[in-house]
Amino acid sequence: MDINKDLIAASSTPMVLAILAEEDSYGYAILKRVQEASGGRMAWTDGMLYPVLHRLERLGYVKARWGTAENGRKRKYYKITAQGKTQLAEERSQWQAVDATLRGIWQGLVAVLPDPRAIATMLMPPVQLLQRA
Amino acid sequence: MGTVNADNAAAQLEELIGGWRNYLNKRQAIHTVDVAELEDHLREQIAALSKAGLAPDEAFLVAVKRIGNLDTLSREFAREHADRLWKQLVLSSSDSAAERSALRTDAAVAVGLAIAAAAAIKAPALFGLTLDMDGGFYARNVALFVFPLLAGYFVWKRKLGPRLWLWPAAAFLAVAVFANVYPFEIGGSTEILSVLHAPIALWLAVGIAYAGTRWNQVAGRMDFIRFSGELFIYYVLIALGGGVLTAFMLMMFTAAGVNVESFFENWLLPCGAMGAVIVAAWLVEAKQGVIENMAPVLARIFTPLFAAVLIVFLGTLLVTGKGIDIQREVLIAFDMLLAVVLGLLLYSVSARDSNAPANIYDVLQVVLLVAALAADAVALWAIAARISEFGFTPNRVAALGLNVLLLAHLAWSAVLYISFLRGKGPFARLEKQQTDYLPVYALWAAIVVIVFPPAFGFI
Repeated sequence: MDINKDLIAASSTPMVLAILAEEDSYGYAILKRVQEASGGRMAWTDGMLYPVLHRLERLGYVKARWGTAENGRKRKYYKITAQGKTQLAEERSQWQAVDATLRGIWQGLVAVLPDPRAIATMLMPPVQLLQRA
Repeated sequence: MGTVNADNAAAQLEELIGGWRNYLNKRQAIHTVDVAELEDHLREQIAALSKAGLAPDEAFLVAVKRIGNLDTLSREFAREHADRLWKQLVLSSSDSAAERSALRTDAAVAVGLAIAAAAAIKAPALFGLTLDMDGGFYARNVALFVFPLLAGYFVWKRKLGPRLWLWPAAAFLAVAVFANVYPFEIGGSTEILSVLHAPIALWLAVGIAYAGTRWNQVAGRMDFIRFSGELFIYYVLIALGGGVLTAFMLMMFTAAGVNVESFFENWLLPCGAMGAVIVAAWLVEAKQGVIENMAPVLARIFTPLFAAVLIVFLGTLLVTGKGIDIQREVLIAFDMLLAVVLGLLLYSVSARDSNAPANIYDVLQVVLLVAALAADAVALWAIAARISEFGFTPNRVAALGLNVLLLAHLAWSAVLYISFLRGKGPFARLEKQQTDYLPVYALWAAIVVIVFPPAFGFI
């Protein structure tokens, strides 16, 4: 399942801030962490992470410094700031509000629309059969 | 055998990454530091993919693809760093501390020299020479207040030895002597000619200091031509800004009932005009490559327009059958036209890749040259017929001499350009001709400054 671009863009700030709140990190590792956490469903274009990081830096949510990686290469590390943590809390409550709202509405829809997971379960056996053939 | 292959693959990978890095470095919105950050990412990705079993070159391709479309990426960087393209004008983004401190010294020296230039124009006031009363003195010496300092800046910056700076110094000294010991008739033609030509002659002295050891090379002189164009553009921009500042200043102080006009006329304007030359030169030096292309861009825009105007003008002459109405000033007007065409030619040539094949723009350039030559020939023909009637005044001899110089230069350029268009000669020959010809103008200007006044009795 591909998540659409607008959602990816909108969720990039809280996601990066949350990952940096776990521990200081650098571009490639942040992307890996996003992939891992989303089970590979968040398909970011790798390069696009960097303008996002630079924007967060400009806004004062993260601080960057050049360090040396284990392999001896220069690497730019990012660290969340106090302001970034405040922003993360703020974003988090906003996303929770959106999530709660959608949940509430979708519960009312269950009767009308089939649950996508149920459809997937129904389809799985024939798909597996086809694959085997 | 296995290790040789592995070494080969590693070298090939480095080459691929190097190419990618160069490609990325060309994008203005993505700075070197960002490229370094992206390269670190690319290498991590390649390492991970290689571990998963991909060959290095395959891993490189996949990693590059995952970084994403570089145009989109550049756009994102430009959006996030919208200031960058402008910030570069004053602040450099250099990485190393040594480089940054060198830049700071450079800036400090430039500001110091700018202040010195501002002080220099006020120094004669200590001896009772005021701008209002002794305008002639200031006009004759205007270049001498700032050009030696500008040349000094380059001597310092390029660490030139005395062998190289003695020539410019001698030129400054000579002009200083001739401009001030000649008994000019106040406001006379020879004085005005000297005022107009001294800066041209001395600009070459600045050029020798600018190019330093490269003065004898085409590239060195070409850089000086580029520098001159950019300096002019920066200077005009600074002057515009200064004009706005002054307008506000006058308005506000007038509102407060304080008259600052005399401060403006005696201090701000002369000091600002002198200091701005050094500041503009420093900006051009510090930020080579940012708007370095401004003069060529303007040349590109105006070459077709000037060509069109000239062709219409020639066509009108042909259709109406009228000659040029020879007024006294017509020769000067045509001198200026040729000078503009020369500027268009110079800046087009300076920006052109000399290895590129001829294109439509080159044809346009030749059309412009030929049209300008034809127009000037018509004017010269008309003037030649009546020159004895007008008499040989210093103004007319100076204008005629300059016209002949420009005509010879442009005619020879047109010949070389056409031979290039016909595939008979390399473009480099045209470049060389442009730079070789530069001293001729300075020489002529020096003659006007030094020989004309006594030859015409200082009238």
